[in-house]
Order: sequence, then structure tokens, then C-alpha cells
Amino acid sequence: MGEKVLLSGNEALAEAAIRAGCRFFYGYPITPQGEILEHMARRLPEVGGVFLQSESEVSAINMVYGTAAAGKRVMTASSGPGISLMQEGISFLAAAFLPCVIVNVMRSGPGLGRVRPSQADYLQATKGGGHGDYRVVVLAPASVQEMADLTVEAFTIADRYRNPAMILCDGILGQMMEGVDLPSPTHLGSLPPKPWATTGAENRPRNLVLAAPLTDDELIALNEELGNKYRNVQEREPKWEAQLLDDAELVIVAFGSSARIATDAVLKAREDGMKVGLVRPITLWPFPTEAFDDLRERVKHYLVVEMNNGQMIEDVRLAAPADAQVRHFGKGGGWVPSSQDVYDEILRMCRKGSL
Amino acid sequence: MTKLFTRPRSMSDVPSPYCPGCTHGTAHRLVAEAVDELGLFEKVIGVVSPGCSVRSWRLYRFDMVLAAHGRPPAVATGIKRALPGKMVFSYQGDGDSCAIGLSELMHAALRCEKITVFTINNAVYGSTGGQAAPTTLIGQVTPSYPLGRDPSHAGYPIKLAEVIADISKDSYVARVALNNVRNILRAKDAVIRAFKTQQEGLGFSFVEMLSVCPTGWHMTPLDSLTWVDEAMIKQYPLGEFSMPHESKSDLGASEQRVKKLTVQAETVEEPTHTHG
Repeated sequence: MGEKVLLSGNEALAEAAIRAGCRFFYGYPITPQGEILEHMARRLPEVGGVFLQSESEVSAINMVYGTAAAGKRVMTASSGPGISLMQEGISFLAAAFLPCVIVNVMRSGPGLGRVRPSQADYLQATKGGGHGDYRVVVLAPASVQEMADLTVEAFTIADRYRNPAMILCDGILGQMMEGVDLPSPTHLGSLPPKPWATTGAENRPRNLVLAAPLTDDELIALNEELGNKYRNVQEREPKWEAQLLDDAELVIVAFGSSARIATDAVLKAREDGMKVGLVRPITLWPFPTEAFDDLRERVKHYLVVEMNNGQMIEDVRLAAPADAQVRHFGKGGGWVPSSQDVYDEILRMCRKGSL
Repeated sequence: MTKLFTRPRSMSDVPSPYCPGCTHGTAHRLVAEAVDELGLFEKVIGVVSPGCSVRSWRLYRFDMVLAAHGRPPAVATGIKRALPGKMVFSYQGDGDSCAIGLSELMHAALRCEKITVFTINNAVYGSTGGQAAPTTLIGQVTPSYPLGRDPSHAGYPIKLAEVIADISKDSYVARVALNNVRNILRAKDAVIRAFKTQQEGLGFSFVEMLSVCPTGWHMTPLDSLTWVDEAMIKQYPLGEFSMPHESKSDLGASEQRVKKLTVQAETVEEPTHTHG
């Protein structure tokens, strides 16, 4: 590991990207991701990189497309409304098999919304977002350390599958400061080669980066290839954290900030004798269905804690046993639960006597 | 025998995807000839986008990228910033560059991005059936302006080259036409100057090419060529609107060269020729 420093989540993420070998950042100012853009503006010129403030998020994601086509590690960051504007570009990146990292520091919507923390973009991030049959690998950090570590992981996964990867977090994770072990800087020469990149046809046959094939049959073949790739991702990449599941009768499922808050509630409930555990999906797509395999026979009660009106609950319902009770605890619009709120909800469920 | 005309190395041996009489093919050829003549084949990356020219990556033999509608200047920016030693151009229609992609084009020009943008202005959306574009002339009838373009509700045609020349300080900006030999030769000079502007790191370069769309205009190819002279050039005057420092115009250079070649070829045919 590198060094331990005190950083905000946004700064840790940005610095980790540079250490992962990202030398190109294109972005448009939007709260609450501002520190990422500003850190990149300050640091990238120091390491011989390029920071460019674009005229819109539409332009930013297309600059990402160009730099990814040129074979370089590249990132952009935004929040809800900006990520919506990028969806066309993300679809094109997926169609053209281009790797990149996109950060969504979520705010509450819909529409302009407000900048308070929220998990309102879960469905947009995990179910496609743009047009066409594609997926984006979505990683959900729950600490400043993970803001750094999962960013490095996102670049690795993006290159491995030649597909966009997304960091889905919120203003709590972006703004809060914690000690973080920054990853060691990557030597640019050690990055995976990209022989497919359009860098000029010198001493090789020409390369093409096409977001559309020529014929109907080729498009069917391309979709097949995407399908196979995504099945491969689903087999190899699901990640989650499990806590206190051995004898659990009620399992809390939460990601990111709400998982952080729910963890405190689970620990307190345990102290008070309630048999509660926690599953925290780290990859939101692929959703870690495997986390629920061992629970299938014995856990019939699930509580999904989300800062939205109920989005991840759909994936939990698919992963949990068919006869399980899966309940949602959450609200949209910038509501943040306290650990006491989550504890009280756990208590209510336990008192009902159904456990 | 002197071989005066052959397929440029940069062009593929594939059938043209364009309608009979269309001048897209001429424009592609000029770009390919310029790439060859400047020795750029190994370092050039082209960007194309939806519109009639969406499949034109097939016509070239060097590295190509297909971008989203209107976004080539942003994509080209991303490539050029990553590979500053390479040559990056976009080839776009007027719907692509003047309508949906106006923002990306304007800001690339404002940044004096060291890329080259070629825009085909044929006053309509060719690939979707000839609907109106921002470049459609006043009174011009299209499926989306069935009574002709009326400025009282459809506004006025955009003079893209003039607008870009006004906002892009370090730039080469020209408008050329592809409707006769003389204009095509001048277009070639502009294409070469545009690439040189990028090659020498002087700034942004932009060439608007007045082109024909016989299918979309419901005209014969010949009438289309005449309509460029009679209507389009009146609205869209030809010429160079911005020139980077240290550069001087060479519009007309190709014409002089061809005249010279023609004279030489005629001289060679003489059985008792003398050098002179």
C-alpha cells in the first residue's frame, strides 16, 4: 500500500484514479461531485495528464469516448441530471466495446432535484440507463477507503471487459473525511495493452472503433457477443460483504451510505439480542445473487434499506426465496435515515413476532 | 505514359454507398488525396457520425471511429488530447454539425482545438428523406417545410463558416463548393490547408463544403450542380474566412498545377517534342 492520509471521499476517488493510471478527465461542474473535478484539474497537469472542462455532460462523455478509443484510461464524474445527459454516450461506449470509468455522486431527483444524498439512480445505473441492450458494471463504495479501492477496481474491470464501469455513490461518501490508504501509483507501462485502439495505422492493419456494425446479421452477432460478455461478468465479478449471517433470522440488505448507517443499527440490535445480519452488495450490477444462496433455506425475512422509494428491492426479491417477506425501508428526495431509524424498524419487525 | 489519375492509397476499393450524382464521394476523395499527399496515412484517425456519411469509414483505409450524432468534435477532441502527435479529423453532415451537434462544434472551435472538421452542406437531411436542416434556404421546399422555409417561424439559414471564423481566434476556416472542376480543385487546396493548420499545431481548422443532394432535392444531378451556383453560393459565399498566423492562402494552387500538367501532357503527345 501507499500512504495513509485524511481525505474526503471525492478526493480519495480522484487521487486513486490518477494512481490507477488515469491521465484524462473530462467533466462539467455539478454538485456534489465538485471536488473530483477540482482535484483532477489541479493534479492531472502535474502528472502530465489532461483535464478539460467541457461545455456539457454530453460533450464530456463523448470526449471520454474519444480518449477511450485512443486506448487511454479515462474518467468523468457527474451527478443525476448530468448522468442522464451522458446516457447516449454510455450506450455508444458499450456498443463500441470501450472501457472507461463514470462516477455518479448521486443527488436526489427527479428533475433538477436537490443536492442532498440519495440513492435515486440505482435503477438507472443497474438496468441500462440508455438505449439498447447493454450493461454497465456498477460498484458501490461505503467508505472513503472504498471510494479509492473500488475506483482502481473499476479501471481494472473496465479494461478487462472493454466496457464502461460506474462508481455509484452519494454526497455523504463524497464529502465525508476518513483516513485512507491510497493505492500505490501504477506504472503506465504496466497497464494492459490495447491493440484494438485507434492510434493511427502504423505498421499494423487499420483499427476501427464502431458503435454500429454494417449489417443486420452483424448487429445480431454484436448483441450476442455483448450477452456472452455480460454473462461472464455475472459469473466472475459479483462482490458483497456479509455480516452476522450465521444465525440470522432477519437480513438487512443495503448498499453505500445506507449500508454504513444500517451496520450500526444491526450491531445495536445484536447487542439487544435480535438475530439480525447484513448483506451489503458491493457490485450492484452484477447483483450478488450468490449472497442469498446460503440464506435460502433459513432466512425468510429481509429488510431493504435504501435512500429512495424502493429500487434495489426488486433485485433482492429476485434473489431471496420466493416465500420470503422482503420489505422496503426508505424514502426518496434526500431523506437520510439515522441508525436509530433503522434500529426502530428492525425492532418493529422483530416485535411483530413473525421472526 | 504519365498516370494522372488513380485511386488514392487512403481509399478502399468498395462501391460508393451514395446516390447517383451525390458529391459526398468527391469530398471523401479530396480528404483521401490530401492525407496521401501530406503523408498522413499512418497517423490519421477519422471520425464519422450518423447521416449519409455514417458508413464512410468503409471508404477509407486508415483508422476510423464512428461517433454519436453530432458529437464528432467532442470525440475528436478526446482522441487528439490523448494522442497530440496524431492527426484527427471529423467528417459530418450539416444536420450533424449545424443542428444536433452545434454545441460540440462551437466549443471545439472556441477552444481552438487542434482538429480538423469537414462539414458537408447540402441544405437538407439526406439520409432521412430530405427534411429541412438549419442550412435549408429561404423558400426551399422540403418534406418538413412543405410550403418552403418561412423565416417568420423557421428562422434563417446558418452561415456556419462565418460563425466559426468569428469565434475561433486561431483557426483556418473556409467554404468551398463541389459543383464544378474549378471549385473542386479549390476545395482540395482548402482541405490541404486545413490539415496543414493541424499538422503545424496552429489551431482549429474547418472546411464547409457545398454539396448536392439530387435525391433529396428532387433534381437531376446536372440541375443540382447548377442550383449550387444559382442558389446556394448566393446564400453561402465561397472563400476563406479565417487564416491562422503565419499562413497564407493558396486557394487556386491546385488549379495552376493542373493547368501546368495539362500543358505538359499535351506537349508529351507531340511526336517530335522538345524539352522546354
